[in-house]
Amino acid sequence: MTAPVTAATMALDGGIAPAASEVEPDAFVASRGYWGHVGHRLVRDPVAIAAGLVILAIVVVAILSPWITPMDPYRGSMLRRLKPVGDATYWLGSDELGRDMLSRLMVGARLSLFMGVTPVLIAFVIGSSIGIVAGYVGGWTNTILMRTIDVFFAFPSVLLAIALSGALGAGIFNAIVSLTCVFVPQIARISESVTTGIRARDYIDAARLSGASALTIMRVQVLGNVVGPIFVYSTGLISVSMILASGLSFLGLGVRPPEPEWGLMLNTLRTAIYVNPTVAALPGLAIFIVSISFNLFSDGLRSAMEIRQ
Amino acid sequence: MLLYILKRLVAVTPVAFGVSLVCFLLVHLAPGDPLSAILPADATQATIDEMRAAYGFDKPLPVQYAIWLWHVLHGDLGVSIATGRPVLGEVSRAVVNSLILASVATLIGFTFGTLFGFVAGYHRNSILDRVASAISVFGVSVPHYWLGMVMVIVFSANLGWLPPTGAGPDGSGNWRPDLEHLRFIILPAVTMSVIPMGIIARTVRALVADILAQDFVEALRAKGLDEVGVFKHVVRNAAPTALAIMGLQLGYLLGGSILIETVFAWPGTGFLLNAAIFQRDLPLLQGSILVLAMFFVALNLLVDVMQTALDPRIERA
Repeated sequence: MTAPVTAATMALDGGIAPAASEVEPDAFVASRGYWGHVGHRLVRDPVAIAAGLVILAIVVVAILSPWITPMDPYRGSMLRRLKPVGDATYWLGSDELGRDMLSRLMVGARLSLFMGVTPVLIAFVIGSSIGIVAGYVGGWTNTILMRTIDVFFAFPSVLLAIALSGALGAGIFNAIVSLTCVFVPQIARISESVTTGIRARDYIDAARLSGASALTIMRVQVLGNVVGPIFVYSTGLISVSMILASGLSFLGLGVRPPEPEWGLMLNTLRTAIYVNPTVAALPGLAIFIVSISFNLFSDGLRSAMEIRQ
Repeated sequence: MLLYILKRLVAVTPVAFGVSLVCFLLVHLAPGDPLSAILPADATQATIDEMRAAYGFDKPLPVQYAIWLWHVLHGDLGVSIATGRPVLGEVSRAVVNSLILASVATLIGFTFGTLFGFVAGYHRNSILDRVASAISVFGVSVPHYWLGMVMVIVFSANLGWLPPTGAGPDGSGNWRPDLEHLRFIILPAVTMSVIPMGIIARTVRALVADILAQDFVEALRAKGLDEVGVFKHVVRNAAPTALAIMGLQLGYLLGGSILIETVFAWPGTGFLLNAAIFQRDLPLLQGSILVLAMFFVALNLLVDVMQTALDPRIERA
């Protein structure tokens, strides 16, 4: 997973991937452009591609799940509880209320993915805005924004997520709000540091001299040059977010029964670990597969974009 | 050095105030009146007013914060609604148990993490490096509460080697360092250690590879130093960063242990938080979170100071 060393390996100022033209790579690479170059390198990384395909497959199953589940994910049967994996009717067994595990895992992917990805998406928008403003404007604005962010760094992320959702009360919306609050400071800090790294560059000065307003410079020159590293960092957070979101449901702070969600399923099946351990462990395996896929994909993207962290 | 410590203390004070403010406001985030959870549904307005006055909720928020902070600074975290006992006592008992679990887990994680990191860093791109990388990716990607369940399934339900839950055979709340209690800490500690192990392995690998690529290592070899001697230099160079990460991980584990403590019914802060949330015991929730966050702030400070003391290259600006 190490990045091949090329002329573009010059992420000098703390993780900014420079535009291809700046580092004067050989003509062959330059003809492709920076993003073409990244894409080319990404498709040659088998691990990243495999991880990306796994994510894609799970997303497709999640979207199509209401139409393709083999059985009704909500209908249980007291007579057919905790069937083992490999059962003729219940391919992946049945849960503690006799509901089909395969169907519930397929439908559960919807909520689990939604609750894992949404907080990172929202935090990406809010956090990068805060970071870019703090980094570009500097001075007192920077001090006030970043010192406030520091306060949230004083809480370990799991504690902050649980404290907020514990105070707000259980529910999908509250869980998403809590997790967003966890990721905003992290993304803001990265955005601030990459923005500070480029604000003294010549092209920013050029834009300012040409009469562009601060807002325009932030939107065009700054955003265009810092969005890559922030995006890669955020994709890495999705893995953490998936684990935390399902963790909240596992504690009873997220999704409520009977809605299928992997973390909640894992919690309700905890009583079954002595009767049917394989079935009880399945929802956690699903969380693990998605989480590791996002991590590996993010790593691949990072190497392809040659961002050093 | 003393001046540096003082400077760090001054810098950390506003953060500590911010943390206390967040903890204070946490209770007011809860929907409705903070008292609605403990008042009976048919309480008269007179009872409600009386209770509001008794808990000080009738005063404006800044005044409430000032009073609360004054009490906290004097070691009074209030009284638990569920048990009627002082929050400080409940929290400190739980913190000891959590600290024991988190320390053992950090120690395991650090030992294996540095081992894998060194092996991988010394043999870049070999099979060993691949294995170490795989372990570190596993460590940061695995939902640890699920790993805990799998451990219980394998080592308790199937093999029957270790007890699945609790901190001791008597079922009581306190862990003691003897053989019988040792059996109870193995599963939760090993489960917990996977996270720092992955992170430490990843960091140490990068660190070692970086150090080995530096000119001074070549100079050491050129002057005839054997591999053991070179290794000592690498360790000395990698130690400050590795130790700093270990300290931070201890803090993360202590604050993030709620999920693992729930799985293993470990009588620590996580277990306490869980109870506080579901009984809507807000003073207990507030107190536990404050103590854990302050612990984390203090640990960060300690790590900073220690790293500066250990590493002469860091400017004591």
